[in-house]
Amino acid sequence: MATLEIRDLHVTVDTEDGAKEILRGVDLTVRSGETHAIMGPNGSGKSTLAYSIAGHPKYTVTSGSVTLDGVDVLAMSVDERARAGLFLAMQYPVEVPGVSVTNFLRTAKTAIDGEAPKLRTWVKDVNASLDKLEMDRSFAQRNVNEGFSGGEKKRHEIVQLELLDPTFAILDETDSGLDIDALKVVSTGVNRFHDRGDKGVLLITHYTRILRYITPDFVHVFVAGRIAEQGGSELAERLEAEGYDRYVKAAAAS
Amino acid sequence: MTETLNRPAHPADPPPNVAGAVETIASHLHPVASYDLVDHPIPSGREEVWRFTPIKRLRGSLDGQPSSEHLAWDVDPPAGVTVSEIGTDEAIALGGVAPVDRTAALAVDLSGGATLIDVAADTVLDGPLVVNVSGKSAEQVVWGHVVLRIGAGSQATVVFEHSGSARYTGCTQVIVGDNASLDLASLQLWDDDAVHLAQVGVRIGRDARFRSFQASLGGDVVRLVETAEYDGPGGEVEMLGLYFVDAGQHIEHRLFVDHNQPRTRSKVDYRGALQGQGAHSVWIGDVLIRRQAEGIETYESNRNLVLTDGCRADSVPNLEIETGEIEGAGHASTTGRFDDEQLFYLGSRGIPAEQARRLVVHGFFADLVRRLGVPEIQSRLLAAVETELAATVGLPPAASREVVA
Ligand SMILES: Nc1ncnc2c1ncn2[C@@H]1O[C@H](COP(=O)(O)OP(=O)(O)O)[C@@H](O)[C@H]1O
Ligand SMILES: [Mg+2]
Repeated sequence: MATLEIRDLHVTVDTEDGAKEILRGVDLTVRSGETHAIMGPNGSGKSTLAYSIAGHPKYTVTSGSVTLDGVDVLAMSVDERARAGLFLAMQYPVEVPGVSVTNFLRTAKTAIDGEAPKLRTWVKDVNASLDKLEMDRSFAQRNVNEGFSGGEKKRHEIVQLELLDPTFAILDETDSGLDIDALKVVSTGVNRFHDRGDKGVLLITHYTRILRYITPDFVHVFVAGRIAEQGGSELAERLEAEGYDRYVKAAAAS
Repeated sequence: MTETLNRPAHPADPPPNVAGAVETIASHLHPVASYDLVDHPIPSGREEVWRFTPIKRLRGSLDGQPSSEHLAWDVDPPAGVTVSEIGTDEAIALGGVAPVDRTAALAVDLSGGATLIDVAADTVLDGPLVVNVSGKSAEQVVWGHVVLRIGAGSQATVVFEHSGSARYTGCTQVIVGDNASLDLASLQLWDDDAVHLAQVGVRIGRDARFRSFQASLGGDVVRLVETAEYDGPGGEVEMLGLYFVDAGQHIEHRLFVDHNQPRTRSKVDYRGALQGQGAHSVWIGDVLIRRQAEGIETYESNRNLVLTDGCRADSVPNLEIETGEIEGAGHASTTGRFDDEQLFYLGSRGIPAEQARRLVVHGFFADLVRRLGVPEIQSRLLAAVETELAATVGLPPAASREVVA
């Protein structure tokens, strides 16, 4: 079993008017085997949390800690974090011109495993993963995310999740911009990953609809840079009915 | 404008008679072509066309000292292609583009004849015609005059591969016949001390297609002038280029596309990477759309990736438009460092920073190199880029090496 622990995390971004605090004391513990949903309104800092865990240079951690089985994640470089078992499926996957998906995946897999994957099984694995995400195999020859539709980019993130096989997956609004069929395909992929056993999932979402396909063990309401409330999957149903309004008002008043 | 040009051209229309209307454009950016050395005095370095060039490092190449030195040529012409030596007057009479600067004018004047590579009309070459050109030393200047003529209706791919050490000053005249198609690749894989100054002037026939691919990797100073003009309507030009400039290197590409005929097209895409103290690249992209050149389309782009401090990339696109009746004209020039978002994305997949940078550079060029269409050379060029990166940045051999199928 592995544990990802976030303690009193404060994060700022640089703006023209100086540093602006976005995360204001986040506490969260995710154990492998668990699925956590983080739900909150736009601008509440959900992506900031995801990027900060992954180590995006734009964000500055001013206090608090992130540890993986007690090891300081914040001291690691971006690639070290990935090799330690963290994976971030991005809200806006980045285009890398001229780099083919197959080259990219092979390079990443080699970096994560410390050795090149066996050529024959690897090609089969890549094709199988593309098939499962209902992406045409020709995507392997295309440039990374270049000219992909929004939905194709999200499927491609889940292809990577399956192939790179981390311990913890952070999914930042993987559901947004997906039509219903794509949502099912992507959700099934996430569930397949979870069912491998001993995998932690941190599912960041704005909407409850993905929770029809992925059942969280814990739901956290994220407002104004911190967790405002937590509960089980029943909390998601209440959010569906009531919205975030109550929490936003409470946060504004505090 | 004549009436013929004001309505959509019908395939059966006679070619509009505009040849007589070609006027001389007084512009300092593209000097008037001339074989006469008097028109090309020794530059001081302050002239517009010389101001970026480190003239001192040309080691007297512009003085015009006679030399009987030659580069070694290795070429094995297939059926339909002849390679022969002809006299200078005979070469000039073939009607190629005249020299636009002193470099090419000296090359024609002092070469003592030209090498003619002649592809007969209606010949389709199976594979690329590779010409290996190499030198042994940069001590003596070598003058070279080459005429490459592609007969009407022919299709050919020609590759000039330059290697070794040399102080080579050349004028290459390319004549692409009506309805012909030429892919011309020129690889500058010189040793560190080489100085390569040349003009490649291209004349494109009616409805002909010309694509060039310049790859400048080696040498101390490389200054290439590429000009294109049309002999009739409907011609298509694509100029692709790749350069990788190391510490102390000067690599200069000067392009001039003269849209002197209607319904012609041109597309320019040059990409460069620079690394190390004193690495200097120059890219000049001049496009002239003359009054009679209605219905043309042109787009030129130059992108530079600056990998380290201490580099300088000069990039000057320039469009002169004398008619409003065009399909499209545009240009773009960017010079920048690595994209943080790309590096973060690759890093978040476990790829170490140095390797991520190399993957990005590889990708930056790979897109361009794929358009060359000669797989064997594509792989070698990408491998050469890898070597450049490995040599200077000290990176281990790539796990990211792409097999170009
Ligand atoms: N460079 C920046 N300058 C100013 N504000 C920023 C910057 N980057 C992010 N923010 C702000 O941080 C807040 C949180 O953003 P984000 O983490 O993307 O929220 P979410 O993912 O929950 O929608 C937003 O209010 C956003 O405007
Ligand atoms: Mg977000």
